[in-house]
Amino acid sequence: MSATVIERGTAASRIAGIGVAAIILLLAIAPQFLSAGAVDRVTALFIYVILAAMWNALAGFGGLVSVGQQVFFGLGAYFAIRLANAGLNPFVSLFVSAIIVGAISWPISLFMLRLKNGEFAIGMWVIAALTHLLVNLDRLIQGETGTSLISLNVYDASTRRMTIYWLALASMTALLAILFGLLRGSTGAAIRAIRDNEDAAASVGVRVTGTKRLLFVLAAFGIGVAGALWLATSITFQPKTYFNVQWTAYMIFMVLVGGIGTFEGAILGALLFFLIETWFGGTGVWYLIGLGATALAFSLLLPRGLWGTLEERFGWRLLPVGYRVRLPINASDTTGASPAQATTSREKA
Amino acid sequence: MMNQIVQGILLGGYYALIACGLSFMFSVMRIINLAHGSLAILSAFALWLLASRFHISPFLGLVIVLPLMAVIGWALQRFLLERSARGGALLPILTTFGLAIVIDNVLFEQFGADTRSLAPFIGSLSYDSWEWPGSIYVGKLAVIIFVAAVVLLGGLQLFLTHTGLGRSIRATSEDPDTAGLVGVDARRANTIAAAIAMVTVGLAGAFLGMRATFDPYAGATQLLFAFEAAVIGGAGSLWGTLIGGIVLALAQTLGATVHPQGFLIGGHVAFLIVLFIRLYTSGLGLRGLLGLAAGKAS
Repeated sequence: MSATVIERGTAASRIAGIGVAAIILLLAIAPQFLSAGAVDRVTALFIYVILAAMWNALAGFGGLVSVGQQVFFGLGAYFAIRLANAGLNPFVSLFVSAIIVGAISWPISLFMLRLKNGEFAIGMWVIAALTHLLVNLDRLIQGETGTSLISLNVYDASTRRMTIYWLALASMTALLAILFGLLRGSTGAAIRAIRDNEDAAASVGVRVTGTKRLLFVLAAFGIGVAGALWLATSITFQPKTYFNVQWTAYMIFMVLVGGIGTFEGAILGALLFFLIETWFGGTGVWYLIGLGATALAFSLLLPRGLWGTLEERFGWRLLPVGYRVRLPINASDTTGASPAQATTSREKA
Repeated sequence: MMNQIVQGILLGGYYALIACGLSFMFSVMRIINLAHGSLAILSAFALWLLASRFHISPFLGLVIVLPLMAVIGWALQRFLLERSARGGALLPILTTFGLAIVIDNVLFEQFGADTRSLAPFIGSLSYDSWEWPGSIYVGKLAVIIFVAAVVLLGGLQLFLTHTGLGRSIRATSEDPDTAGLVGVDARRANTIAAAIAMVTVGLAGAFLGMRATFDPYAGATQLLFAFEAAVIGGAGSLWGTLIGGIVLALAQTLGATVHPQGFLIGGHVAFLIVLFIRLYTSGLGLRGLLGLAAGKAS
C-alpha cells in the first residue's frame, strides 16, 4: 500500500509564487511608465485589495460578518489627521494611526465578539455610527465640514504621489503576506476549522474566541491602514465620507464576487471591482444599484464567488493556504489527483 | 423636564413599532433583515407618491400600501431569505444588505436626494396637540402612534397565543424540524410571519413619514433604531420591545439635553450600556435575541 501524500502546494502554485514576486516587482517600477492619473488609480486598487483581503479574513475565515468595518477606515484617517496635527511626519502618522486603530479594536473585540451573526453585524454598525458622531464632536474636524491633511502639502505633488503609491504597494504586500503566513501556519488550520464548523472546532480544542480576536484586530489594523492611505491620496477628511457604510458595501461586493473564504478570491474581487468602478463609476446611482444587485445575485446563486467556484470545479490552488491529501486510489492516474480526490484536510488545530 | 419624559415615552412607541417587525422575524426565522429600515422608507415613499400624485390621504393609502408590503414580505421570504438561509447563518446578512443597497439607491434614482414628509397631507393632525395637566402639550399624532404601537403589539401577542396560525408560527420558531413532524408547515409559517413583519414595517414607515422627514438613505438609521430597541427590550416578549423603544427614546432625549448633538449619541450609548450589562451579568437575558450558547463565550 502506497503512502498518502500530503501536499502544501502544487506545480501551479509554485509557478504562481514566482508570478506573484514578478508582479510585485513590476508594480514597484510601474510608476516610471504610468501617467500621474494612472498611478493614482493603481494606488486606489491597492487600497481595495487591502479592504477586500481584510474583510475576507474576518468574514470568510473568522465567520464574522460585519457591516461596520467603516469604523476602522474612518478612524485610520481620523488618527492620521490628529497625529499629523500634533506635529508627526504625515507619512509616519499614517502607520502610527493604523497601530492605534488596531489597539482600539482589541477592547471592542472583547465586547463585540460575544455577539453572533446578525447581532454582531449590526452591533458593529452601531459602533461605527457612534464613532462617527463622536469624531464629529472633535473641534479639529469641524463636524461634517471636515478638514485636510495639510502637512502633506510640504511635499510636491509628484513626490507625494510616488511615496503614497509605494507605501500602498508595500502595505498591501505586507498585509497579504501576514494573512498568508497566518493562514498557512498552525493558526490557519484553527481559522479554517472555525470557518467550517465552530462548535466542532471548539470541541477538538481550537481556541475559538482567541483566534477570532486575532482576525478581528488584524482586520481593524489593515482597514485602518487603508483608511489612512485613502486620506493621503485624497487629502481631505470629511467624516461622512469615511464613516460611510458604502465602504463596507464595497468590501462585501469584492469578497462575495471574488469568492468568500478563499485567499485568491478577495484579490480577484478587488480587481473586478476596480475595473467595474473604472468603467461604470461615472453612471452614479445606477452603478450603486448594480453593485447591490450583483452582491445579492452572488449570495443567492453563487455564494462561493467566482474563485470559489473555479477552485471547486478545477481544483485550482494558486496561493494554497491549506493542506491537500492525495489518496493513492488511481495508481494509473499519472496526471495527479483529480479534484474529487484532493481534499483540504482540516484536522490539525 | 416632565414634558420631555412624556415626549420621550411617546416617541418610544414609534421605536417599538419599527422594532417589533425586526424582533418578530428574528425570533421566528433567526434572520436579521438588514433591509428592514430601507423597506420602511420604501413604504413611506409609496404613501408619499400616492398622496402627492393621486391625492390619496396617507391613512387611506395604507389600505393600498400595507397589502403591498405583505406581498413584499411573502416574496422576500420565498425568493431571498429561504434560499440564502440554506447557505448558513451568514448569507442572509449579505443578501439583505445587498437588498438594502438596491432599495436605497433605486429610491434615490426615482425620488432624488430631497427630504420628504407626509405631514403636509394629514392636515392639522401633524401639529395639533392636547394640553395635559401640568401644562404638558402632547401631539395628537404622537399619541396616535403610541396607541397604534400598543394595539399592534397586543394584537400580535394575542394572535401568537390564541390562534392556530399563531401557534404554528411559534412552534416553527422553537424548532422547525419538530414542528414539521407534528404537521406544521414551517415554510408557510415563515412566509406568513415575514408578511406580518412587513405589514408592521409598512405601518412604521407611514408613521415615520407623518411625524418626521425621510430621504432615500434614511433606512440605515431606522434599522439601527429598530435593532437597538429590540435588543434593549430583549426579544422575550413583544412588550419588552415597547420598553426597549421607550428606553431608547428617553436616552436620546437625555442625550439631547446634555449636548446639542447628543440625541443619537445618547441612544447608541444606552444601547451599548444595556448590552454590556446583559452580557456580563447573566448572559441569559439576551438568549432570545442574541442566542448565546452557554460556555461559548469563553
